Amino acid sequence: MDNLKKTSLFPSYKKYGAKLVDYAGWAMPVEFSGLTREHEAVRTAAGLFDVSHMGEIEVKGKDAAEYLQYLLTNNIGTMNDNQIIYAFMCYENGGVVDDLLVYKYSADHYLLVVNAANMEKDYQWMLDHKGDYQVEIENLSDQVSELALQGPKAEAVLQKLTGTDLSEIPAFYLKRDVKIAGANCLVSRTGYTGEDGFEIYLSHEDAPMVWEKILETGKEDGVVPVGLGARDTLRFEAALPLYGNEISQDISPLEAGLGYFVKFDKGDFIGREALLKQKQEGPARKLVGFEMIERGIPRHGYSVLSKGKEIGFVTTGYYSPTLGKNIGFALVQKEYANLGDVIEIQIRKKTATAKIVDKRFYAKNYKK
Amino acid sequence: MITVKGLYYSKDHEWVKVDGNKALIGITDYAQHALGEIVYVELPELGTEYEAGDVFCVIESVKAAADSYTPVSGKVVEVNEELEDSPQLLNEGPFDNWIVAIEMNNPSELESLMDEEAYKIFCEKEE
Repeated sequence: MDNLKKTSLFPSYKKYGAKLVDYAGWAMPVEFSGLTREHEAVRTAAGLFDVSHMGEIEVKGKDAAEYLQYLLTNNIGTMNDNQIIYAFMCYENGGVVDDLLVYKYSADHYLLVVNAANMEKDYQWMLDHKGDYQVEIENLSDQVSELALQGPKAEAVLQKLTGTDLSEIPAFYLKRDVKIAGANCLVSRTGYTGEDGFEIYLSHEDAPMVWEKILETGKEDGVVPVGLGARDTLRFEAALPLYGNEISQDISPLEAGLGYFVKFDKGDFIGREALLKQKQEGPARKLVGFEMIERGIPRHGYSVLSKGKEIGFVTTGYYSPTLGKNIGFALVQKEYANLGDVIEIQIRKKTATAKIVDKRFYAKNYKK
Repeated sequence: MITVKGLYYSKDHEWVKVDGNKALIGITDYAQHALGEIVYVELPELGTEYEAGDVFCVIESVKAAADSYTPVSGKVVEVNEELEDSPQLLNEGPFDNWIVAIEMNNPSELESLMDEEAYKIFCEKEE
């Protein structure tokens, strides 16, 4: 772990019993008190995550909106100030460079929050496609800590630490200069768990104090620190995609069933032509949900078969802590992607049967 | 970390309890702690023949699947079927719940395993 990058919260992990893993070059906690317990805490109370490994890239200048329209698949033009949207940055061929959140401060000032593993690649891609746009692109990733407080009690707990009325921040909106336990923070009502909650951006100096304060204040409400293990099971149940699993350089947003975030009517953008062709012809592969019939836990990368013939692969699979079932997502040839169809999952030397089901395993519990 | 006297221990954190020519094999407390909450155990079929070092069982936590290696060669003569429906028994009592019983071909293989004291020292170094 010595040669890995460490967040400002790293010194606090040990106190909470973290087990560490190497995640995209960062020494990150995979779990604290236990994955299932942490998962349940987020579903029923709230959990606190260190997500400081995420990247933040700022885009400023008079052409900022126009530049992002060209760079990203979602429509930047309809965003309000302080609004946040989810979008893809695509290659010309429709494959995904990264999926990200766009934070709009004002018409000429935006923040992109990107995956840790893709941050360098994203930044370079953005510079390479700057062209004649009048924009300044700055990689702030090393300067920002990020916490996520997620769960039905997130608002009540965080409210105890701030004078800002958090109920006035709607889902997918942000507020700057919020004082949390005295520290200056950017707060957004966003997350990656399927629950209501907040993401909090702040300085490295303040982050350990705010982390402690939230855990202290939230203790009576059942707030616990949560690692990347439960972060993944939570996002998976809520059918939120993970780069490298459900979407990637080789899996387009349309194949992953995320066409809602690709707006063809907004004008040109990188990847538009390839994606439009895919849309008109219908993607050859489709992401489906499935539930195991026979015993076995499906895992990322396992082959999927139909009557012995390979038809695709598992993108994510788990024993679901909330549902108590073995479930997964698979990318399969579209002729096999019908609800109710029986497929086989290759688990080591054996195959086990599974049934294609609706991939929304868990209904998102966002604040309306 | 709990260990038990009178057992043999492998570097892969399995324990062996010898009963005549039969070896009962399980995973140690260290192993169950490292794995986290166990949600599935894939047991071998009765009658399967293994060489020492072969994967005889796959133990899965929510996060990942981990192979277990048999420290001794021989034939599977019993499997602990209770683990199919209650895999968490390996967390709750790793030394009370054996996974398989193997009829040993070559009991001298036991000599290359560690005793309790040696295993404790081995685990300290792993930390």
